[in-house]
Amino acid sequence: MISAESRRAFFLFLALFAGLLLVWQLSTASAPPRSPYGIPQGNAEYQMLMGHTPGTTRTREGFPGPARFAASALQALHAPFHDNGPSDRGIGWQVGASLLRVAIGYGLAVVVAVPFGFLIGLHPVIRRAVDPFIQILRPISPLAWMPLALYTIRNPEGCGIFVIFICSLWPIVLNTAFGVGSVRREWLNVARTLEVSWTRRVLFVLLPAAAPTIITGMRIGLGIAWLAIVAAEMLVGSSGIGYFVWNQWNNLSLSNVLLAVLLIGFTGMVLDGALAALQRSVTYAE
Amino acid sequence: MPNDSAYAAPAATHAASRPLVEVSMLEKRYGDSGPPVFSDVSFTIQPGEFVCLIGHSGCGKSSILNILAGLEQPSGGTVIMDGHEITRPGLERGVVFQGHALLPWLSAVQNVAFAVRSRFPTLSRAEIREKAEYYLHLVGLRSALDKKPAELSGGMRQRVGIARAFSTQPRMLLMDEPFGALDALTRGLIQEELLQICARTQQTVFMITHDVDEAILLADRVLLMSNGPDARLAESIDNPLPRTRTRESMHHETGFYDLRNHLVDFLVRRSALVSKGEH
Repeated sequence: MISAESRRAFFLFLALFAGLLLVWQLSTASAPPRSPYGIPQGNAEYQMLMGHTPGTTRTREGFPGPARFAASALQALHAPFHDNGPSDRGIGWQVGASLLRVAIGYGLAVVVAVPFGFLIGLHPVIRRAVDPFIQILRPISPLAWMPLALYTIRNPEGCGIFVIFICSLWPIVLNTAFGVGSVRREWLNVARTLEVSWTRRVLFVLLPAAAPTIITGMRIGLGIAWLAIVAAEMLVGSSGIGYFVWNQWNNLSLSNVLLAVLLIGFTGMVLDGALAALQRSVTYAE
Repeated sequence: MPNDSAYAAPAATHAASRPLVEVSMLEKRYGDSGPPVFSDVSFTIQPGEFVCLIGHSGCGKSSILNILAGLEQPSGGTVIMDGHEITRPGLERGVVFQGHALLPWLSAVQNVAFAVRSRFPTLSRAEIREKAEYYLHLVGLRSALDKKPAELSGGMRQRVGIARAFSTQPRMLLMDEPFGALDALTRGLIQEELLQICARTQQTVFMITHDVDEAILLADRVLLMSNGPDARLAESIDNPLPRTRTRESMHHETGFYDLRNHLVDFLVRRSALVSKGEH
């Protein structure tokens, strides 16, 4: 049963979408160039001077309209995994390459950040000692590390992964530390009166208690990672969705750029949705 | 399935005249200056005895319970249980917390099973579940075993908390105002169930309350604390009513009103006088 409210929201969504397409269509429709000096619209000589030969249509230039975009997107998505060498790979490969980099860099970040967050969440002395470092390192744009990473790692693949690692690390560390540090004292007292071992306390009391907060940090980290990978691949990539965007810009194929931009947004949404589902599964009501 | 005789065994074997717990010259102060919260608190608890501690808020009664639980350290004095000084929490002392303190991500039966596994780490998963269900049945919880604490009523939550404490078969049960947040009807029901379980199992209990009627119903002995700061243990009163007392009939017992008036008088007037040294 769909409520009246969600039905209204859906119609509003459709209206907004249609409006967007209309604005897009109108602002990209090719009209004959107008002269600012009062030369009449129909003047063939002026039109030819402006590169608009009567009888031809301008289909391969400028910002694509919705129809042209749809056609080229269908074509690109028709064979997303074709591979004709490094400068002509399907968009599916490119997204896959970016996802793989994020999976490795982000996976490493989670593996390092969660235990580290536990450590500083449980020991206020350690937290205060490392806090200045975290506060300095946290606001650094991941791309600012790029030259140092390139010099140190000397491997573009490793650089991309490092950038992902370093930018998703801090939100996970800080959220884990906060979640672990604010576990209700009563629950820890229950564990103490039951003489629960250290491992059981960490795995069955602290971890489930802090899990919603930890996953909030993981969502923030993944969001930043997905933002950073595109930029990093534009700089050093020979594959990946960021590289694809830059490559298509050099091809002056704005349709493909637009398709990649939408695909970046869509993939980011799916990634966040997956973590949101995970978060719902560990959230508890008090 | 644990039967009643096995369950009662720990208390029964220690039913000697030697007290189970000896508290002597206990003192608690926060910070170095100023008067202590309480001082010079000494009492004993016999095996199988139900002792209630009554006092106004701020007299440090929760602190005394936490020290007995090993969760807090005293500033002075000792607590000896079975010849050993209590310095840290342990499974031989079960605690029912004021706010039920159930783990909210676990169901009722999982909460009890968590305690059972801590006490009997070698049992199989099925045996642990069986034991957990047994103790939940014991406190009158037969349905809603797989519900999370947030889905249970306040009374049910506190029942789970009591089942969890009993499930580790502690030598002594410590209860910190366990029924304070419950409505009168539920409170009465759980009080009677607790009384029956304790009578059957000879459980030693130390309980904190500010409810005079609850103390008369449950306690074999009532300890009265004077007002803080620098609260003292003012009186120790044996309950003259027979152990078979029930909530419905106890006000017909001879001595009920004498005891009740004595306790209320203490709380209303004398608890303040003791602190000022005018007792």
